[in-house]
Amino acid sequence: MSAREQVLARVRSALGADPEVPSVPRDYRPAGDHLPGAAELVELLEDRLRDYRAGVRRASREAVPQAVAAALAEHGSPSVVVPPGLPADWVPGAVVDDPPLDVQALDRTGAVVTACAVAIAETGTLVLDGSPDQGRRAVTLVPDLHVCVVPVGQIVGTVPEALARLDPLRPLTFVSGPSATSDIELERVEGVHGPRRLEVVVVED
Amino acid sequence: MRIALLVTCLVDTLYPDVGRATVTLLERLGHEVVFPDRQTCCGQMHVNSGYQRDALPLVRHHVEVFEPYDVVVAPSGSCVGSVRHQHAMVARRAGDDRLAARAEAVAGRIYELSELLVDVLGVEDVGAAYPHRVTYHPTCHSLRLLRVGDKLLRLLRHVRGLDLVELPEADQCCGFGGTFALKNADTSTAMLADKMRHVLSTGAEACTAGDSSCLMHIGGGLARLRSGTRTVHLAEILAATEQPA
Amino acid sequence: MTTVHLGMPLVRAPRGVGMLREQEPFPAAARRALADPQLRANIRRATGTIRDKRQRMVDEVPDWEQLRDAGSALKAATMARLPELLVQLEEQVTARGGTVHWARDAHEANRIVTSLVQATGADEVVKVKSMATVEIGLNQALEAAGIAAWETDLAELIVQLGRDRPSHILVPAIHRNRAEIREIFRREMPGLGTEVPADLSDVPAELAALSRRHLRAKFLSARVAVSGANFAVAETGTLAVVESEGNGRMCLTLPQTLITVMGIEKLVPTWRDLEVFLQLLPRSSTGERMNPYTSTWTGVTPGDGPQELHLVLLDNGRSATLADEVGRSALHCIRCSACLNVCPVYERTGGHAYGSVYPGPIGAVLSPQLTGVQDNASLPYASSLCGACFDACPVKIDIPRLLVELRAQHVEARAEEHPVPSAEAVAMAAAAWTMARSKRWVRAQRASRIGRLLARRSGRLPALPFPLARWTSSRELPVPPEETFRDWWARERG
Repeated sequence: MSAREQVLARVRSALGADPEVPSVPRDYRPAGDHLPGAAELVELLEDRLRDYRAGVRRASREAVPQAVAAALAEHGSPSVVVPPGLPADWVPGAVVDDPPLDVQALDRTGAVVTACAVAIAETGTLVLDGSPDQGRRAVTLVPDLHVCVVPVGQIVGTVPEALARLDPLRPLTFVSGPSATSDIELERVEGVHGPRRLEVVVVED
Repeated sequence: MRIALLVTCLVDTLYPDVGRATVTLLERLGHEVVFPDRQTCCGQMHVNSGYQRDALPLVRHHVEVFEPYDVVVAPSGSCVGSVRHQHAMVARRAGDDRLAARAEAVAGRIYELSELLVDVLGVEDVGAAYPHRVTYHPTCHSLRLLRVGDKLLRLLRHVRGLDLVELPEADQCCGFGGTFALKNADTSTAMLADKMRHVLSTGAEACTAGDSSCLMHIGGGLARLRSGTRTVHLAEILAATEQPA
Repeated sequence: MTTVHLGMPLVRAPRGVGMLREQEPFPAAARRALADPQLRANIRRATGTIRDKRQRMVDEVPDWEQLRDAGSALKAATMARLPELLVQLEEQVTARGGTVHWARDAHEANRIVTSLVQATGADEVVKVKSMATVEIGLNQALEAAGIAAWETDLAELIVQLGRDRPSHILVPAIHRNRAEIREIFRREMPGLGTEVPADLSDVPAELAALSRRHLRAKFLSARVAVSGANFAVAETGTLAVVESEGNGRMCLTLPQTLITVMGIEKLVPTWRDLEVFLQLLPRSSTGERMNPYTSTWTGVTPGDGPQELHLVLLDNGRSATLADEVGRSALHCIRCSACLNVCPVYERTGGHAYGSVYPGPIGAVLSPQLTGVQDNASLPYASSLCGACFDACPVKIDIPRLLVELRAQHVEARAEEHPVPSAEAVAMAAAAWTMARSKRWVRAQRASRIGRLLARRSGRLPALPFPLARWTSSRELPVPPEETFRDWWARERG
């Protein structure tokens, strides 16, 4: 018997002839109290992000380039990489990740600016799904500063609403603040291996 | 109401005052208390120590003794918890489904003292007077197995003259745990030391709880320290009609 | 009764490999830990911190209990459908460019991973924190094959550099405080090529920054990574890793080859089901609304991340655990560690006393089942049955119930193996015989009043012989009263 056959046979034998499958009660909240993009959700997302020590600023659609520039300037205007699908006027002068930079080049790059797929207000989470305006995973990981641009329409209240909007076949990264650890005395400190700083630009319609 | 008393083996043998107080209290509230004298022990120690097969005759005996009664009370959260959550399990594990069904029926009619008073009899002010400074330790089984919530506290708050002081980290286990206190004596003692530290920090004259077993543990530790702090069962406070000195 | 299955014998995790078995009985290990004031202070402080944070995060969720109910039922349903779900997962992972391997036990899993690494030509791997790989002793197996395994999670790094053993599910180095961690870094990092500043402080942020410098080059050059998985979605073949530091993202993203080792119980049926667990896990675990990073990947994505993916499905005693209708719910564990953080025993003894990579309440019910209860015989007793773990468990594993069941299995197995009953078994049988009839019980009560004679002079009982000495070492015994309750009742009401 192969290992596969044997493990499956053991599991079947352990469960017996007709294992009872319990029904799953799903009376938890399928969604929050507000429609995506509601002002309350923007407030909540901002509060949660600040709690994680992320920076948040709001901007109109036209003012995104200025808001991004301000976020970068706040951290010393580091060199910037952007994914190929990001609107070109958002970060003038940025290096475009096309052809893909090697990791050493990424490591020398100070910041990355991306869009996102969905944001979860209750948990202060931004989800990246590898779309052209978000790029491949390494781009948002290696540089030390991540600036993420979030249109209010992408902000949902709860985790179930977010998962319903996401395609699990894409590589997904859920980002809730800068990298952090609680490994020393269970005290949280921000800034370890992933980006040590997160700046969020919320784009209001 | 006619109420059968499951006095528990520990109270019967070592803490008869708790049984007497339970009787006094219920009679003062106008109820008839009966004591089925064939009762022995609910078997909790056996079950919790791994001797479920040895516990089977005790479960059967308990069911036979208490089957005739509509309402049963015990001044012990852990014994009620054992009857309610373990008796049918022991029977079923031994393959005796009929006994399990009977045990479930009997378990549905048993109440811990505060449950009986608050839920069944609908009384929170039992007319007690106990002019002492007391702190209350919620026992694990009453808190997390029976879910008595704040019933005991509500009863205590109505006691005249009682100065109730809050116990720090009250919901932490005192470390008794039945045979745990012997098998893991060092860990048990470390838990007890912290519980006693909190009890003494309140400056209370007495520590009360709804379980004689936990009080035996805490009281045994306090006595060793010669601290002068007593333990007193909830039933003894509720039965008391002490006038202030 | 434990169900006896006709057909396949129950195969437990093999001895002599990995980290699942107690080195010595729990009480002896606990005694040493209790005597270490620094250890006790470290653990007390850390668990106190996390307890408060978790409570705040849980109280904020209006449907927490509904989520727990859903999580509990989802896990039970997954176990009941495990064979079909495992096959579905395999199909999906394979269809999307991954390779699935099956490991009956730790030895087989170690062999599979070792040969996969060897096939790449690499002589080192970077690792994401993974309980399963500690359970099977993967690092030691790789080392034996000349492959260096670098732990990249800060706490695992502290444990590895300190040549130590993990003591907590979430924070393996919880038994170390900041000063000790600074010393470990100072002592070990220079030899590995990382310069440690002479004035290194013990501020956690500074220590975390040093670990970043220490591992940065490894991340950028590593060709192979090894990870565990928090979840695998059968419906899509998606794997998920939940983490904080970004070391997970580094390992899951930068190397060419990614090998994931996962216990067969970590499945969820559908993508949607993660909406339950991604709410339960972070709040229960680190006491955060959401952990900083969660990565999910489904097969190979061209031009993004590892282009060679392997998934090793591990049994190692899990199917045997599944055979026990009561005990199987231990497999529902999502490794949040909430039960450890609220456990009064764990808080005082720390994790090493449990011997296994899985310490605390969940360890006390999981380890003995993976190994067979006789190989971890003292663990089911390492609890006062206070029930705090059950309240904290996000998937509602009734740990006290499991402990009581495992104690029964241990007692019964011992009785079968040894013709001569233990002193305890004799005492228990005698007590049960006595209490099965009220006449016998009353006689025994009267006999116990001999204690009054002993106590008469001082009003206290003297120190007693073993095993009662274990009680009287720190507590007084109550002196039996003049009259039992039943005697009073007979006198007054009879």
